[in-house]
Amino acid sequence: MNFSYDIAGGDFVNAGQASSALKKILKSLNLDSSLIRRTVVSLYEAEVNVVAHAWSGNIQVNIQPDQICIVVSDKGPGINDINLAMQKGYSTASPEVREMGFGAGMGLPNIKDNSDVMELRSTPGEGTELKIVNKILS
Amino acid sequence: MTIQEILMRTEGEIRCGEHRKDETVGRAFCSDLMSDVLTLGCQDVLLVTGLANVQAIRTAEMADISYILFVRNKNITDEMVQLARENNMVLIQCKSSMFKVAGELFTAGLQPIY
Ligand SMILES: Nc1ncnc2c1ncn2[C@@H]1O[C@H](COP(=O)(O)OP(=O)(O)OP(=O)(O)O)[C@@H](O)[C@H]1O
Ligand SMILES: [Mg+2]
Repeated sequence: MNFSYDIAGGDFVNAGQASSALKKILKSLNLDSSLIRRTVVSLYEAEVNVVAHAWSGNIQVNIQPDQICIVVSDKGPGINDINLAMQKGYSTASPEVREMGFGAGMGLPNIKDNSDVMELRSTPGEGTELKIVNKILS
Repeated sequence: MTIQEILMRTEGEIRCGEHRKDETVGRAFCSDLMSDVLTLGCQDVLLVTGLANVQAIRTAEMADISYILFVRNKNITDEMVQLARENNMVLIQCKSSMFKVAGELFTAGLQPIY
């Protein structure tokens, strides 16, 4: 199964719609509730990162019998130092983003904790690509 | 602790999820940081927050949290109520501060997560 969603940078009102849609799909597939939570929490953090830090983005979800694979790619400023960005507490979020309840610098580490495979690549000045894979255990 | 008792102890007003008043919740967590809430990894928890926006509801949806208590008389918008209703959540609003609410509920036996 494949799904695709677009994300608009700065659009906090709609941030989370893709994660919400994916949650409904995963529930309808009767997957384990903790797998569903880990997967949608990861996607939601990724979605909010595009809204908060990039200009526009796209989410591709591929669901196989044994795994859920999500690729979130965006056009944006990119990340200069990925190791630094992965550190708990590191954030460049604007005051507006902080007012929304984000910007604790916990999103990327949170994705790492909630996914089986996480790959983050970025070209500064162009954009960022995040791949998340969660295994489905039968 | 039942939702009904939480309403009584916080002098709160229920804004969504009236039909779930008799349900019980065992633990609570206070935060205004959504990424913090997203690390919890447990259900059956009451989120106490001063962050009243649509993202707070979305965050609760993703974290499988169905009970939210908004402190300090924050404005709960129709949009928030609608999203909460779609997700069958309970929203409570109260006038007290986060510190006071936490103290009252803790004293009455509601457990912390950590
Ligand atoms: N898609 C992205 N494009 C550009 N920069 C990003 C992107 N995602 C993350 N970053 C950078 O990495 C930092 C850390 O991201 P992380 O998600 O861990 O924290 P945050 O988004 O700042 O706060 P939180 O996720 O806790 O709300 C961000 O502040 C930002 O500088
Ligand atoms: Mg983030």
